Amino acid sequence: MLEITDLHATVADKPILKGLSLSINAGEVHAIMGPNGAGKSTLGYTLGGRPGYEVTGGAIRFAGQDLLALAPHERAAAGLFLGFQYPVEIPGVSFVQFLREAANAQRRSRGEEPLSGGEFLKLAREKAGLLRMDMDMLKRPVNVGFSGGEKKRAEMVQMGILDPKLAILDETDSGLDIDALRIVGEGINAIMRAPGKAVLLITHYQRLLDYVKPDFVHVLAAGRIVRSGGPELALELEEQGYEAVVA
Amino acid sequence: MSEALVLPTRRDEDWRYADAAFLAASDPATLMQWSEWTIAPGETRRDYRVLASGALAGGTVERLRVHVGAGGRFELGLVNAAGRYARFEAEVTLAEGAHFEFGGVTIGGGDNVQEVVTRVLHAEPGATSNQIVRAVQWGRATGNFLGRIEVARDAQQTDAGQNFKAILLEAGASANTKPELEIFADDVKCAHGAAIGALDETAGFYLASRGLPPAEARKLLIRAFIADAFAAITDEEARLRLLDEALAVLDGEAP
Ligand SMILES: Nc1ncnc2c1ncn2[C@@H]1O[C@H](COP(=O)(O)OP(=O)(O)O)[C@@H](O)[C@H]1O
Ligand SMILES: [Mg+2]
Repeated sequence: MLEITDLHATVADKPILKGLSLSINAGEVHAIMGPNGAGKSTLGYTLGGRPGYEVTGGAIRFAGQDLLALAPHERAAAGLFLGFQYPVEIPGVSFVQFLREAANAQRRSRGEEPLSGGEFLKLAREKAGLLRMDMDMLKRPVNVGFSGGEKKRAEMVQMGILDPKLAILDETDSGLDIDALRIVGEGINAIMRAPGKAVLLITHYQRLLDYVKPDFVHVLAAGRIVRSGGPELALELEEQGYEAVVA
Repeated sequence: MSEALVLPTRRDEDWRYADAAFLAASDPATLMQWSEWTIAPGETRRDYRVLASGALAGGTVERLRVHVGAGGRFELGLVNAAGRYARFEAEVTLAEGAHFEFGGVTIGGGDNVQEVVTRVLHAEPGATSNQIVRAVQWGRATGNFLGRIEVARDAQQTDAGQNFKAILLEAGASANTKPELEIFADDVKCAHGAAIGALDETAGFYLASRGLPPAEARKLLIRAFIADAFAAITDEEARLRLLDEALAVLDGEAP
C-alpha cells in the first residue's frame, strides 16, 4: 500500500530524512519509534505533503500512485490520513463545517455521491460516540480550547469520519490519560483494523501498542530506519532505551 | 457648508491614499456630500451596505453623518469591495449613553484602494463605541482603516474600542491603519488593536490534510477572519448576507 524508497527530505534547507525506506502492506500495523528530533514528524509531514518539507531524493508510492505528484488534499482523497502530533487550532471554523466539506470533496474526487447534511451528522455522531466525544464539541471551532487529550480524540473522530486507507498517527497517545488511551486505542482498532487498511503509529511508548498491536516495529534515528523487528522490539526499547538498541 | 465646495487632495492627511486621478475627475459637490441622519433618543437604527465591485469599479465616495440621541444605538455593517478608489466615511456623534457598533470589511485585488474612514465623537458621558474592521487584499490592492475617536471634556465613562486586522494574500498588497485619539475627559477606556499578516499556512495545511481543496480551505479561513467584523450584528440574516457578499469577491478574482 505504501512503498517508501530511499527518501531524502529537507526542512528549511536542513537535511532531516536521509535515505529512509519503508514498506507497508494492507492489513498491517507498523510502529515507528525513535528519539526526539529523529525525524518522525518530518516523515509524517512529508507523507502528508506539508509545504516547506522538500523531498530531495527517493520515491513514495501509495495505493498505486506516485504520492509525491499529489497535492495534500489529493493525498487525503487517495486515502491518506495524518493525525497531527500538535493538532492545529482554527478559530471561527467548526469541525462539522469543514469536515463535511472535506469529506464531500474527497467523495467527489472519487466519483462518489456527496453526503447530505443529515447523513453527515449521523456519521459524525456515530464516530464521536466511538471516541466518547460529545457531539457538541464538534460544533465548536476546530481544537480551540480543547485539552491535549480532547484534541487527540478529535483527531480520531476525524479519522473515523474520513475513513482513510492508511493512517499515519503522530504521537496520538501523548497527552492522553489512562482512560483516554484505552478509548483512543480501541477507536483506532475499530476504525482502521479492517481489510485493505493499514496504520503507521509514531510513538514513544509501549502503552499504545498494548491496544493497537503492531506487526512491525521500526527504530528511526538520524533520518533513517536503523532497526526493524516484530512487537518484541518495542518492549526491548522500553526496557533498554534507544541508545542501547540503536548502538 | 463651505467644505462641500473644496476638492480634497492627497496632501490632506485624511485623503492620503486617495487616487489622484479619481479625485481630479470628481465633482466636488458630490464628492464632499454627506448623508445626514438623526437617531432619536432610545432608538436603534441598523444599516448594512455593500459597495460592490461591479457598478462601482471606477471609484466611489460615500459619507454618512449620524447623530445618535441619548441611549440610542447605531449599528452599521459594511462591505467595501469596490474600486478603484473606494472610500466609505462615517462621522458619528454619540449623546449620553448612546452606542455605535461598526463592522467593516475591505476586500479586493487589482489596484484597488478601499478605505474606511471613521470619526466617532463621544460628546456626552457614558457613550460606547466598538469598531471592528477586517481587510483582505491581494494583487496591488490596499485596505485602510483610518479611525479617529474624539472624547469631549465632560464625556466621562466613555468606552471606545477599535480593532483592525488585515490579511494580505500576495506580496504586492498592503494595509494601513492609524488610530487617532483626541481625549479631553479623564475617565475613558480606549482599546485599540491592529495586526497585519498572511493567511495561516499551518491551518491551511491542516484543512488540506483532511481533503479540503486549497480554494475552499482559504475561503473557510477568510470567512472566519472577516466574520469577526460582523459578530456583533444582531440581524442574523444581514450578517450572513454581508459575509456572502464579501466572500463572493474571492470567487472570481482572488489569486
Ligand atoms: N520548521 C523547521 N525548521 C527547521 N528545523 C526543523 C523544522 N521542523 C523540524 N526541524 C528539525 O528537524 C529535526 C526532526 O524533527 P522532527 O521530525 O519533529 O522530529 P521528531 O518528530 O522525531 O521528534 C529536528 O532536528 C528539528 O529541529
Ligand atoms: Mg515529532
